[in-house]
Amino acid sequence: MSRALALQALLASPVAPPLMTPGLPAPRVEFGLAGLDERLGGGLATAAVHEIIAAADGDDAAAAGFALLLALRCARPGPLVWLREDRGRGDGRPYGLGLAELGFDPARLLLVNAPDTLAVLRAGADAVACGAVGVVIIEPHGKAAALDLTATRRLALASARSGVLTLLLRGAGPVAPSAAQSRWQVAAAASVAMAGAPGRPAFAIRLLRHRGGVTGFDLQLEWDRDRRAFGSPLSGGAPAVAAERTAAARQLRAA
Amino acid sequence: MHLPLLPSERLRRGNFAPPDGPLALVEKQRGRMVLVAVDALALADGVAPGLTLADARARLPDLAVMPHDPAADAQLLEWLAEGCDRYTPMVMAVPPAGLVLDITGCSHIYRGEAGLADDLHRRLVRLGLTAQLALADTPDAALALAVHDMAEVGDLPVTALAVDESVHLALRRAGLLTIARLSRQHRPALAARFGEALVMLLARLTGEIDVHIVPRRPPAAIEAERRFATPLAQSEAALAVIEALAVRAGLDMAALDLGGRRFDVALFRSDGHVARLSVETAAPVRDPKLLIRLLRERIGALADPLDPGFGYDLIRLSVPVTAPMLAQQLQLSGGSLADSEIGALVDRLGARLGRGRVRRLVAADSHIPEQAAFDLPVADAAGIAWPAVQPGEPPLRPIKLFDPPQPIQVIAEVPDGPPRRFRWRRRLHEVRAHEGPERIAAEWWRRADGAGLTRDYYRVEDGEGRRFWLFRHGLYGSEKLQPGWYLHGLFA
Repeated sequence: MSRALALQALLASPVAPPLMTPGLPAPRVEFGLAGLDERLGGGLATAAVHEIIAAADGDDAAAAGFALLLALRCARPGPLVWLREDRGRGDGRPYGLGLAELGFDPARLLLVNAPDTLAVLRAGADAVACGAVGVVIIEPHGKAAALDLTATRRLALASARSGVLTLLLRGAGPVAPSAAQSRWQVAAAASVAMAGAPGRPAFAIRLLRHRGGVTGFDLQLEWDRDRRAFGSPLSGGAPAVAAERTAAARQLRAA
Repeated sequence: MHLPLLPSERLRRGNFAPPDGPLALVEKQRGRMVLVAVDALALADGVAPGLTLADARARLPDLAVMPHDPAADAQLLEWLAEGCDRYTPMVMAVPPAGLVLDITGCSHIYRGEAGLADDLHRRLVRLGLTAQLALADTPDAALALAVHDMAEVGDLPVTALAVDESVHLALRRAGLLTIARLSRQHRPALAARFGEALVMLLARLTGEIDVHIVPRRPPAAIEAERRFATPLAQSEAALAVIEALAVRAGLDMAALDLGGRRFDVALFRSDGHVARLSVETAAPVRDPKLLIRLLRERIGALADPLDPGFGYDLIRLSVPVTAPMLAQQLQLSGGSLADSEIGALVDRLGARLGRGRVRRLVAADSHIPEQAAFDLPVADAAGIAWPAVQPGEPPLRPIKLFDPPQPIQVIAEVPDGPPRRFRWRRRLHEVRAHEGPERIAAEWWRRADGAGLTRDYYRVEDGEGRRFWLFRHGLYGSEKLQPGWYLHGLFA
């Protein structure tokens, strides 16, 4: 479907109100870390689009891990649909045993490989519109110029209607404006060593924007698989966020 | 059915040859150009296949000559066979120029076998093809009658039997010129004198042995079709018809407690062309609404959209693959509803992108990391249970795996020390913390040569907090002089 057609279809379809019971608060994804959840006003909205961007070229795995963990924290039942591009095959394939080690049930994952960005977005829109799906991770490859304000707005509307948590997983680089509810920059962080060995997964995250919320704070997070929750690393974070990354982040925020 | 002038008429149809004047197709045989096929005009002037080009030119100076192309002829024959699917699923192409149709029980729509033959002949004439049709009880007899343009098997010359030239010579010397005379002979004597093959062929021709033709595609268990006196020229109308057919096929399947796993739609155009669509589903389906949605996805994904041309005059829906499916029950829990919604999503994405692109992770019983977990198309996915993880441990396996592993340059202590520093994708990584080695031996019991190198895996973290899974391929000294290092995965 061309972009014009997609837009036309969007305008023609009546925007139904989000599927939620009046009176009850909208469902949210909590990090399980008291201070952070308070600052976010109770967590991230589930029926919305959130962008997760790798801080640098080597942080793709950290960003993918963070997206998976957010999906894991989301209380919605149903499969996780992960849409990838064929060009992204060189970056490795999702490894079931590793996902199981994060606490994720690999049988919940539905992997969709699409030939190009447009196909990824189209399949992603279908998945987000399906209310039986739990979480959708859309991972376009490279610059992904097709993923613009219109496309993200379309996803956001579909997500608000179906209630499906939608995560856009993107590589490092300048990002076009989008209709996402929040934008996170994720880097790998030094873990708390366990007897000299690398410890639990650790992330240095930065909230670049958050519609109707506080933005611009850095945080070090650790994933505790046994509790299925994020925690704060005890050492309080080695200086993992280098100066060059801060500069890159400033650029991103300006974008 | 025999098409005696197929090669020349193929050229006329495609406008590759001049529209009037005699035409011949030549082929180089033993250094000279020999005619292998001619058209009706050339034949009328006494120019027949087997003549050399020089002789033919001498008789007919204005003879047009084209190169012989058996592959294109075979292609046209195959195309015609496809079109003959409209009469019966039992169609066999017999190169170079024959088609055999088994029309047992298929002719009632055409008021008998002769009516069907008339319809076929009319369509072939419209395509510009000369055809000789014959009806007989066995495929061999029908083909032989068509080739010789005769009505009785007994009148056929013995040359209709495909045996050696020497046998034909012997038959001629014995004065056995027709099938009728041959079949009156004592069979064992014939076999002793002319060989077993002759008797066998004779029996097949006279119908003493009934052979069945090998159809181009096996007939489906469930089929529904509709014919149109006036061809349908609109794709939307065709889709509406397919939906009606789907309802009919769905009723048939419901009566048998079956659901379809694969659906083929054949759209027969009035000019002989056949367009085919097919969709596969993850779970058995018989809901026509769902089926039509899948077909629309399939049509949307086609490189060349459906072209009705002058219109379709027959549309057929067949269900070649079925699976047991019980009548739907409403469930209070709603679990099955969600499952069917996911199934519909999987089918839709599979129809649009290709069924191999919607995948699921499965575990397998293997020590080799890349064989212990991988992804498979949803329809084939069935693995063993995922192993339980140990509480209190950090993740021991990466979330992303490189397949094949990526070669890296590593500085490590010899013979079997941990890596200190490594270079991957032109970047240098200092190892800050490591764990290992975790030794994984090759599965020598599965390999024919019993060989394979041991891998020593290390979990490492670099100065920037990125975690990698590296391995040394081979034991230093005993298995390999200089073991290589590879990066196999990335941790979160």
